[in-house]
Amino acid sequence: MTVTTAFPLTTTRSGPPPEPREPEPRRLGAKKDLGDQLFRGGSYLAGTSVLAVMVAVGLFLSIEAYDALKDTGVSFLTTAEWQPDTGQFGISSVILGTGLIALVAVVVAVPISMGTALFITDVAPARLRSSLVAIVDLMAAVPSVIYGLWGLFFFQGGVIGLSRWLSTWFGWIPFFDVAGADPNDPLSNATVYTASAFVAGLVVAMMVMPIQCAVMREVFSQVPNGEREGAFALGGTRWGVIRIVSMPFARGGIIGGTMLGLGRALGETIAVYLIISPRFDINFHVLESGGNSVSSLIALRYAEASGFGLSALFAAGLALFAMTLVVNFAASWFVARSRSGADSEA
Amino acid sequence: MTAVTLEPPAAPETAAPGGTTVLPDIVATAAPPNRLRTLSGMSRADVLDLGGALLSSVCLTLLLFGKLAPLSGPLGFVFVTWLAFLAIYAVLVSMDESRPVVVDKVMSAVMVSAWAAAVVALASVIIFTLWKGKDALLTSNLYTQDMSLAGPADPITKGGISHAIVGTLIIMGIAIVFTVPLGLACAVFLNETHNRFARFVRTVVDAMTALPSILAGLFIFATWILILGFQRSGLAAAIAVSIMMLPIIIRSADVVLRLVPGNLREASAAVGAPEWRTVRHVVLPTARSGLATAVILGIARGIGETAPVLLTSGFAASLNTNPTANPMVSLPLATFEFVRSPQPALVARGFATAAVLMVIVLVLFALARILGGRQAGQLGKRQAKRIRARSARDLSRFEAAHQDPPPDPVAPIGFGLAQESPS
Repeated sequence: MTVTTAFPLTTTRSGPPPEPREPEPRRLGAKKDLGDQLFRGGSYLAGTSVLAVMVAVGLFLSIEAYDALKDTGVSFLTTAEWQPDTGQFGISSVILGTGLIALVAVVVAVPISMGTALFITDVAPARLRSSLVAIVDLMAAVPSVIYGLWGLFFFQGGVIGLSRWLSTWFGWIPFFDVAGADPNDPLSNATVYTASAFVAGLVVAMMVMPIQCAVMREVFSQVPNGEREGAFALGGTRWGVIRIVSMPFARGGIIGGTMLGLGRALGETIAVYLIISPRFDINFHVLESGGNSVSSLIALRYAEASGFGLSALFAAGLALFAMTLVVNFAASWFVARSRSGADSEA
Repeated sequence: MTAVTLEPPAAPETAAPGGTTVLPDIVATAAPPNRLRTLSGMSRADVLDLGGALLSSVCLTLLLFGKLAPLSGPLGFVFVTWLAFLAIYAVLVSMDESRPVVVDKVMSAVMVSAWAAAVVALASVIIFTLWKGKDALLTSNLYTQDMSLAGPADPITKGGISHAIVGTLIIMGIAIVFTVPLGLACAVFLNETHNRFARFVRTVVDAMTALPSILAGLFIFATWILILGFQRSGLAAAIAVSIMMLPIIIRSADVVLRLVPGNLREASAAVGAPEWRTVRHVVLPTARSGLATAVILGIARGIGETAPVLLTSGFAASLNTNPTANPMVSLPLATFEFVRSPQPALVARGFATAAVLMVIVLVLFALARILGGRQAGQLGKRQAKRIRARSARDLSRFEAAHQDPPPDPVAPIGFGLAQESPS
């Protein structure tokens, strides 16, 4: 039996005895007393202030970025260098770097998070489910600086072998090409593979995965049992039911969760900063050492920048803000539009 | 087969003359053995398939790495083993199962391995951090000294992170004061208001969860420091961290409040409680444990934020207990600064700092799990006892009120809720 909290029962004497009244139609509209009006006002204030914080972030970034943007105009989007003092600066290389890291992160994280979400909802025994969910949630709670440490001192060493293998066998794809790497030289220096967008992306994937997994788990657990049981009754195997019933039902949630992860990957700062070695040129080669991202650019340069240079950093921050907002609203739209999204979060 | 015709005209050829039903001879056939299908668990064949595939894939990969091909690296080894395992497992299962079953088993293995990959990665992060930090963690000066007297080349027996621990406590304390009331109030707003504005705020909160942490730092840097002209300080860092914590608290609290059964709210409204009393005495107490979890999750997130503290407070080597002036360092920022140095002693301290941070996050997380284990409305033993005692007191009071009639014949009405007199 579940005991639920009861309303505290206190008896008070309430005023003078009521006088007999003429029968009149009861007013059905809610009458708010003072306490309720205060409550209403207070809760609206809380909601509005949270909204105001978000608007203020965008507003002040724009105000501070105005100087730099006025000076460069459209070339801000196309220039690769970052030398605000000479007026030569733009975000094309850092945006590309951010995109590459996020791309690697999402490509690696999506299969893992989808497999994990399906494992938790469909395969694992029900009594283990909440512990499994807790493990994934714990991954989301680990601070990003710790992931950065782990990536820099531990994981990178393991990835270099994978990078070398990829560049040796798939180097003919321009994406995997590494300048200065010679597969025939066994003593070649491994540093051409370190500090690359690939390593940073793999570490960011660890941070993105629990977010995606949470959204996907949510939608997979909302698949109507009737439909699943119907498919089982027709003789479907577990995977068959997942493919025919769960996947189509959860499609919106899968896309939405993927994009939420993408939004997180775009903004990751400290782990990327620790791993990547910054460079400012257009570099498509994910396996090659060096890269950049908007947020690590800001963390790298804010201390030495002053006046105009700071304004340029704010402009880069504004671009990042716009990118994450677009990605996130798109994600919410996908989740809300899907059949499963009627009352799910995200 | 038994065919019973109800209406002879409809099927005259099967009906015997005279309208009688003819039962066909039932030939006894050997019934199939009535064995129950196993729906869960693993049969011996499953175990053998799995074990065999695992063994042969490991052997195959060892052969590949050791003798046949120039492959190297532990990550590559695991990956190749995994691929070999899937292939061999598919072949083994296909020997006595149909194609859909083979696909099902292989995909199940893929799902399990996705989960295992996540768990192994998480475990390696935790163990690696604790392992690398263990030497410095065991020195007592780590917790009692700051870095003001220790140079970069000093061994780990000199200097510590007391300033970062104190800084984290102060920053988080201020951030909690900001975020908990505002976050819970906003979550209540999202749940008690059902209009377009509330839906819009919810969407914005969702977008805010993914606000890059560096932008929260940059925003406070622009407003608090550049425009308002305050110093870089612990307070500025606390405000920036608050911006990161707020959406987490709001979203988790929102989810918990939504689980409060609607009939509790309706019951409260039906006895005449105004809205704020319903929220204060019914909704919030019912969701109490979940709300505690929401707050703890927010703290766990905020305590690990590095970038906002880096921008708004900056690194300091000495203890600073004044949050309104001078840089104040937090645990993640100290970790970040230590490991960027080339000095091995500083890096070791960085790992110890990370380990302390990791332990704090783990403890907070365990706390959130323990508190959040219960569903909304389900009470612990002590809570249930307290509530029973309270209802017993109420009951005795009512009975006392009814035994000796009060001087005023209409006095004991209402429960102190409907205060408005009908005049």
